Amino acid sequence: MKRLGFLLQKEFRQIVRDRIILVMMFAMPTIQLIIMPMAANFEVKDIRIVVVDNDHSSMTARMFSKIGASGYFHIVGYADSYQHALTYVEREAADVVLEIPVAFERNLVREGRQQVALSIDAINGARASIGGAYLNNIINDFSQSTELDVVRDAHPVAANLPLIQMTYSIWYNAREEYKYYMVPGIFVLLLTLIGGFLTAVNVVKEKEIGTMEQINVTPIRKWEFIAGKLIPFWIIGMIIFTIGLLVAWIIYGIVSVGPLWLLYSFAAVYLVALLGFGLLVSTYSANQVQAMFVAFFFMMIFALMSGLFTAIESMPVWARTISSLIPVTHFVKVVRMVMLKGSTFQDVHMEFIYLIIFALVLNTWAVINYRKTS
Amino acid sequence: MNSVILEGVTKTYNEGKVHAVDNVSLQVKSGELFGLIGPDGAGKTSIFRILTTLLLADKGTASVQGLDVVKDYRKIRDKIGYMPGKFSLYQDLTVKENLTFFATLFGTTIAENYEVIKDIYDQIKPFNDRRAGKLSGGMKQKLALCCALIHKPEVLFLDEPTTGVDVVSRREFWDILNRLKAQGITIMVSTPYMDEAILCERIALIQEGSIMQVDTPDQIIQSYPVRLYAAKADDIYKLVQDFRTLDTVDSCYAFGEYLHLTMKADKPGDEAALLQFAQAHGHKGLEVKAIEPGIEDTFIRLMNRKTQTDG
Repeated sequence: MKRLGFLLQKEFRQIVRDRIILVMMFAMPTIQLIIMPMAANFEVKDIRIVVVDNDHSSMTARMFSKIGASGYFHIVGYADSYQHALTYVEREAADVVLEIPVAFERNLVREGRQQVALSIDAINGARASIGGAYLNNIINDFSQSTELDVVRDAHPVAANLPLIQMTYSIWYNAREEYKYYMVPGIFVLLLTLIGGFLTAVNVVKEKEIGTMEQINVTPIRKWEFIAGKLIPFWIIGMIIFTIGLLVAWIIYGIVSVGPLWLLYSFAAVYLVALLGFGLLVSTYSANQVQAMFVAFFFMMIFALMSGLFTAIESMPVWARTISSLIPVTHFVKVVRMVMLKGSTFQDVHMEFIYLIIFALVLNTWAVINYRKTS
Repeated sequence: MNSVILEGVTKTYNEGKVHAVDNVSLQVKSGELFGLIGPDGAGKTSIFRILTTLLLADKGTASVQGLDVVKDYRKIRDKIGYMPGKFSLYQDLTVKENLTFFATLFGTTIAENYEVIKDIYDQIKPFNDRRAGKLSGGMKQKLALCCALIHKPEVLFLDEPTTGVDVVSRREFWDILNRLKAQGITIMVSTPYMDEAILCERIALIQEGSIMQVDTPDQIIQSYPVRLYAAKADDIYKLVQDFRTLDTVDSCYAFGEYLHLTMKADKPGDEAALLQFAQAHGHKGLEVKAIEPGIEDTFIRLMNRKTQTDG
């Protein structure tokens, strides 16, 4: 035990001496948490719209002002023809073309119904569909508004036709703010980086500079060496997790709804799993570049397939299977559930079991492979 | 008593294609300063790694202080010190931290075994708080040796300790080794430098994984079976080529500023015959003389024999 204590002391001493890593370890969570939720934003705003108004009536004017007032759209131009409007899209000056047919107002009053044309630049699929839906909503809204009472009076809807209106309310993130989705995700990303990357590189470094061999000829036990490597990063991981929670609270006012002990228990087990992953990578790599590359490969998969930034529910079945085999997936789910919904251990106990299994499998595999290669 | 014993040890890489160590048998006596002499890639490091329990041999057995390197590897690790060819201490820890670290791993302290390392440690002590990475080559060497000695090992393995070290530091290093030997530590050292071979008590000449000869340096030199001549001329390059065309010459190779020659059959008057031959080919500034062979001559001779029988 005395030897282990000394190994830990040495490890911390080395970590503290490596200025860049030290700064990175503490600057990274703070900076990422400050920048990413603000910058990486899937909310669709400032959609630029060009209108082709073939009617020029008071009704179209009211419609445009309603669109402009919604906050989502900027009317960037009025074109005299559809062709002309398209040039805006081609120049990337507009995203949507809204075309109003000739005699729109007159025909609407006369017939009770009219159509308008929406053409949307779909290069960015998400922006196109969300923007289109918004615009649809606004126009629907407009058609329900009192301004069109005249039309409705003239053309009463058949009385027996039930008027079903769907309404909804948003829970857990009432204002649909992206930061609530992002911040817990970034916590997970940070712990994953510390656990996976730093451990892998640190262990391989010993291999590369030959100190591993020097240590292997001493009577030190394998478990002591491994524990000496993993414990410091586990502690650092927990510290960073704490910093993350503080930053989220100070900057975004996000406080975990669920109990903190639950979050910490999950973080503790998750870190053990990820440290095992890092150790595993290191046993397969001969030098730091290899370890970085292998770790980076998995980090990309973890980041993109774990539901950190994308919804797992919309993935095809095979991708969902892969996703469920990634420890990150379960952790990110739990962090969101506990922080935003206030889930209790009862709600997430399966994830806890999954993470324990991941921790056991990854660490056992790493230790076995570590034995074989040295 | 033998401190280190190798019995028919074989180690292959690349699924048996490369024989790094080929059926090597060796004994190193207790308290001996034993040299493993051979060029790069001769298998010296593999032998060290097998003896220091870092590598498993494919075939054969090896023991250190009577302990089997496979069965008793844990016990061996308490008794040996190993200094790999590459400097492998923590560059970001200071001299003192490195030393304390390795002392602790062996369950000892610097104070406890101070007299073992005193001679060497005193020289690097002024740099106690300097990081190991910032030391000069010779200093690093001394620190590495201190770390290998800190637990008072019975056997010390030094893999090419003087490679890349300047001449003065090299001489100093061998003085240190002799003082350690005086403390009763068995030392096994490898080197590619033939001039260091005579500083060992006994040496093994190793080439392509197999031992060619094991003896004291004197014996090895005396066992040189033929007479050796040195020759030089103004145009030394042409002289090599001319001598190689001569039927009676067995081998001829450049050695410093001279050529070293052996004859297929030694007869009196060889010197004169060689001189005459060279003059006939119009060489100027000629000199031919009989000389004492060195370790390197033996090595080259054994190496040529080996390639001939192998080929």
